[in-house]
Amino acid sequence: MVSTTASASAPRTRSRLRRRNTLAGWSFILPNFIGFAALTLVPVVASLALAFMKWNSYSTPEWVGLDNFRRMVDSESFWTALYNTIYYAAGHVPLTLVAALGFAVLLNRKLRGVRFFRTALFFPYITSLVAVAVVWNMLFSPDAGPVNQFLRAVGVDSPPGWTTSTTWAMPALIITSVWRDMGYYMVLYLAGLQTIPGELYEAAKMDGASPWQRFWHITLPSLRPTTFFVLIMLTISSFKVFDLVQVMTEGGPGRSTLVLSQLIFREGIEQGRFGYSSAIAMVLFVIVLLITVVQFRIQQRKQR
Amino acid sequence: MTATATTPQRRDGAPTGAAPGRPRTPRRRPSAVAGRIALHVLLTVLGLAVMVPFLWMVTSSLKLDSQVFTIPIQWIPEEFHWDNYTRIWERIPLVTYLKNSLFLSVVITALQVLTGSFAAYGFAKVRFPGRDALFVAYIATIAVPWQAYMVPQYIIMERAGLVNTHLSLILLQAFGAFGVFLMRQYYLTIPDELCEAARVDGLSEYGIWARIVLPLSKPALASLALLTFVNTWNDYMGPFIYLTSNDLWTVQIGLRSFVGVYDAEYAMIMTGSVLSVLPILTVFLIGQRYFVQGIATSGLK
Repeated sequence: MVSTTASASAPRTRSRLRRRNTLAGWSFILPNFIGFAALTLVPVVASLALAFMKWNSYSTPEWVGLDNFRRMVDSESFWTALYNTIYYAAGHVPLTLVAALGFAVLLNRKLRGVRFFRTALFFPYITSLVAVAVVWNMLFSPDAGPVNQFLRAVGVDSPPGWTTSTTWAMPALIITSVWRDMGYYMVLYLAGLQTIPGELYEAAKMDGASPWQRFWHITLPSLRPTTFFVLIMLTISSFKVFDLVQVMTEGGPGRSTLVLSQLIFREGIEQGRFGYSSAIAMVLFVIVLLITVVQFRIQQRKQR
Repeated sequence: MTATATTPQRRDGAPTGAAPGRPRTPRRRPSAVAGRIALHVLLTVLGLAVMVPFLWMVTSSLKLDSQVFTIPIQWIPEEFHWDNYTRIWERIPLVTYLKNSLFLSVVITALQVLTGSFAAYGFAKVRFPGRDALFVAYIATIAVPWQAYMVPQYIIMERAGLVNTHLSLILLQAFGAFGVFLMRQYYLTIPDELCEAARVDGLSEYGIWARIVLPLSKPALASLALLTFVNTWNDYMGPFIYLTSNDLWTVQIGLRSFVGVYDAEYAMIMTGSVLSVLPILTVFLIGQRYFVQGIATSGLK
């Protein structure tokens, strides 16, 4: 595209053009890049280095090698937070995926009111988190909350204490987050469903395939790229979970819903242990990276 | 699930003006009709279940505190206490919070859209060495969890003396990689021949961006603007970490602190929640299709 503008293809004009292009390109990127470099790129790189340093608000940074990691391995809070984060992801990822896919398939048709349902399902995702957390906290209220009233009505004699119980606080968080996120992923699935050619279903119907067979053999395989993307996004977002927990349970009761991000926040910003918190952050990053890489590998193998 | 018998009809591309419920094939088996009804019932039940938290929020906001947790639940309040919606303005400095939220959302959205679309042009339409490597750096940081670098960010802000200012949040959120990514994806769908023709006509790169690419990318700009606005409005962690003075707080922080202090004033808490969601609902209903397009653009490819 560059060479066509250069009517004379003499090497000198070409190199001048290249320089002009470089200049123009950078001038476009620069306004954003300055902010991005100073406040995203530099901190990302810095956090990698900080993980190997001892540094708090008052001391000068000092290189300590793996000390932070050793301390982390001995810390009970770290293991609790890691376990809780994995617990959350293990609930949030599959449930959101299934709910999003189910609703997308149900709503991917011309039907009266379908637009309203799509809107209603998507709205929780853009509702402010504080409102979501506050409302669900009340819905989950153990004695007279609507959730437990409903459970009693259908015959559950002693319904769980939800956010007041160390065993049930995490499930309560997972339910809330699935409700909040499924609409977003449903939109991604709806976009994916639009790309499946209708002829495939026509042909399958001619061959006498049942609706279930059509879903299993046409819809699901055709949606594989979407599912792959959804899985990665969901996994990353589950491991990053922070604000929902912070607002709804503050990690409690006890440490029953303390997650990694919260621990980083507490250690790094509240306690000012910059080095130690960066070590935890690195663990979080490595986990997210590993999961993404593994999912990429699986995806590639399936495509072959 | 006989209802799936209608699936092949749902391909888009049919004029949306056609009544959505009308069958396009004249022959319809009764089982298909029954399936359609069953599907409607199912969807209505599920839709209502999803909406319950909102319904509960709105009805509770119109009750007295003592009526919020009753057994059985009153889905329609005995008497409507609209005065909750007037009293709340005296209870918390909601006007200040709303102003702060609006200020941050508007400034951050404007900067993000402007710098994002500008940078995206550099990435999508100008060819120069190192461009793709730079773009990979942008993408890579999207994948890095924000929590992993929030501490260094905080240190930078602290050293710059910007903690507890709105400027810190503006700087942190206005230059995100997401806007660049979203706009670039959209610019890639604009044919290069258009820019080429403009170049031949002597338009500068900035002219091409301003007069050709920008007008063509209105839907993407709208998507980015709406998504950024809503994200900023709803952001909890940023203001939570950086803003300590009450007069700088956003609606989210203000509401959360109200809940923390007056945790038994259920009705008032719900009133505040409704008021915090209302602006987003308005923005969402106006720009609904841009939200969906934006998500689809950033989500695929």
